[in-house]
Amino acid sequence: MNKVKQSSAVVSPAAEAEPISGSEILIRSLLAEGVETIFGYPGGSIMPVFDALYDHKDQIKHILVRHEQGAVHAAQGYARVSDKVGVALVTSGPGATNAVTGITDAMMDSTPLVVISGQVISSLLGSDAFQEADVIGITQPITKWAYQIRRVEDIPWAVSRAFHIASSGRPGPVVLDLAKDAQVNKCIFDYQKTSFLRSYQPVPDMDENQIRMAAELINDARKPLALVGQGVILGHAEQELIAFLEKADIPFASTILGLSSVPTGHPLNCGMLGMHGNVAPNLKTNECDVLIAIGMRFDDRVTGDLNTYARQAKVIHFDIDPSEIDKNVKTTVKVVGDVKQTLPKVMEYMEKGSHREWLAEFKPYDEKEYECIIRNELYPESGPIKMGEVVNKVTEATHNNAICVTDVGQHQMMGTRYFKYTQSRSLVTSGGLGTMGFGLPAGIGAKYGAPDRTVCIFVGDGGLQMTIQEFGTILEYGVDVKIILLNNNYLGMVRQWQELFFDERYSETHLKNPDFVKIANAYNISGRKVTKREELDGAIEEMLAHKGAYLLEVEVEAKGMVYPMIPSGGCVTDIMLGNGHKL
Amino acid sequence: MSENRTLYTITVFSENTVGVLNQITTIFTRRQLNIETLSVSPSAIKGIHKFTITTFSESEEVIKKLIPLIDKRVDILKAYYNTNEDLVHQELALYKLSTEKVLEHGSIEYLVRKYNVRILEVSKDCVVFLKAGHYEETQGLFEELAESIGVLQFVRSGRIAITKSKVERLSDMLAKRERDNQEMLERF
Repeated sequence: MNKVKQSSAVVSPAAEAEPISGSEILIRSLLAEGVETIFGYPGGSIMPVFDALYDHKDQIKHILVRHEQGAVHAAQGYARVSDKVGVALVTSGPGATNAVTGITDAMMDSTPLVVISGQVISSLLGSDAFQEADVIGITQPITKWAYQIRRVEDIPWAVSRAFHIASSGRPGPVVLDLAKDAQVNKCIFDYQKTSFLRSYQPVPDMDENQIRMAAELINDARKPLALVGQGVILGHAEQELIAFLEKADIPFASTILGLSSVPTGHPLNCGMLGMHGNVAPNLKTNECDVLIAIGMRFDDRVTGDLNTYARQAKVIHFDIDPSEIDKNVKTTVKVVGDVKQTLPKVMEYMEKGSHREWLAEFKPYDEKEYECIIRNELYPESGPIKMGEVVNKVTEATHNNAICVTDVGQHQMMGTRYFKYTQSRSLVTSGGLGTMGFGLPAGIGAKYGAPDRTVCIFVGDGGLQMTIQEFGTILEYGVDVKIILLNNNYLGMVRQWQELFFDERYSETHLKNPDFVKIANAYNISGRKVTKREELDGAIEEMLAHKGAYLLEVEVEAKGMVYPMIPSGGCVTDIMLGNGHKL
Repeated sequence: MSENRTLYTITVFSENTVGVLNQITTIFTRRQLNIETLSVSPSAIKGIHKFTITTFSESEEVIKKLIPLIDKRVDILKAYYNTNEDLVHQELALYKLSTEKVLEHGSIEYLVRKYNVRILEVSKDCVVFLKAGHYEETQGLFEELAESIGVLQFVRSGRIAITKSKVERLSDMLAKRERDNQEMLERF
């Protein structure tokens, strides 16, 4: 079963004789699930739980964020890099509604979370009590499961279900809405882990026929192309994937969330798919004869116009979620199940293949992209500093071993395009929802999830200001994150669209910005602003050598563009190279 | 509305927990599907509820994609869809008529025979008819009564339906899941 691993906190879940409070039961239940870190923010309706936390400071580290949105994004960052369930703890009403953006983001990006919100006492439910919100009503469509706990007796049961549901199958966020009286009332603690629910089948049964058919198609393919998504990372199938790709010699490209599942430098790795992905794999999508989608969901940012997308290809779709099959792209062969099992199973029937000629067809496009776009983005000799240039220098300075966290916008595309990955779970970005403000808190969470790794957070000047209050969390705990602010004083991606598609009418995209380094300094975060190319290397070195958080603000080209670009709703072959370049 | 739309009957089995209906309807809402009829009741298996929902769609593809989205909700055991040909289905309708008007009309026997009506209640003020049948039948009676006698109150239930096929999908599925789980527990 594809279950996110739990750390091995030693807790005896055996029944205890004395009745204890619901809050204490909640904490013990979390301990039984191996929870070590919680991101949260207290408030009236969750105070008994925070009171109980006070007695367990040595077992559970609570990180006090500065806004509930930050708590959920931090839990997401934590979950994404650590392979554990992220936990957020917020109060009722505004606490819970502030968490909604993060919960939706986690749903879109299949991130295992348990978000616990306080709720008014059960007798007041539905009466518009102070700080009451219909949290279950609000979160049902944006969670894998949402449950209101009204009775203390139900806490262990609900927590154990929540962790099972969040972490198994296709992971996702779960909300537990905990009425205040259930936190205070007492009962005897007895914890049973959940591993089975009759109404829930996390991993669908494999179909042997489809497995054989997939292998046959792959064996007969002359021009196979694999599309790798986050399902590979979530399913811990990185090694199985590499073995699979190498056996049949299949070139592959990743979706944004699939990045880092296979090292950037792998010889079959053709880069990233999608709107700002690489030219070759996008074009070759419409030339391949067999398209093998592995743990990805054919998002519109990957496919563009579905009527022109890979019509020539036979499509094999590997996914753990049957609702993704045939949702956007009609498949020839559906391989439902856990990729960790299905990939090796298909391999059993696969012959060793070689597609050197086909792979060689990618090369001219890679060269073209390098000449027209990449060289000037990474190694400009004059003019303003480029975003890609900064990303490239940072990834090289970290020997490609750092975790890349991004916010959303142009810098995100530059970050994901040019950062290099040598190990899995090295990219944390908001893929599906595209949440500005995600980067800073997610980066903080990532540092807690992988304390031994360098965490580089790329942010823009717009997104940073959406959750800039999390500088306070960094101040409070001395979180060692490296923040690289690519400042163009614009909402750059929107500005880019205005330039291309709205006749350069820059409606509300220019930003008059504060002195970011001064703000950082006020939070005891060291920082430096760089405006000249020759200062860049030294500043990056200084940032990485610095013990503790650091803000490196780089003034980048104001009207920089992210290319290549497939216009929204366009065909993958409509890919634009920019600057008058033609394919 | 387009002529070539088909009525689909969606059957859903769920755990009997608070908020399941909301989970199902939001899936319809997001896809701009109007629920035509809805009927919910305890199923043959204790603790499991059965929803029968009908909705019109111009494309079977839409319904095909809808089903796994319902099916994957944690509290849902099973969802599937059928068209009318696969089903034996029924609706109930109640008609309240003025006793005075009924007596004036004088040809109740004809209506009762023609529509196979049951009379549930006769009082000084009103007569209540019950008619079971397909939509067209309950509607046919309504129209005839409305024209000839006048209908004081009218209500129609949602569709209930069972499939014509021999397989009982839910109990087989549950048995298999329990078996698989047992096997897994034994392996560890």
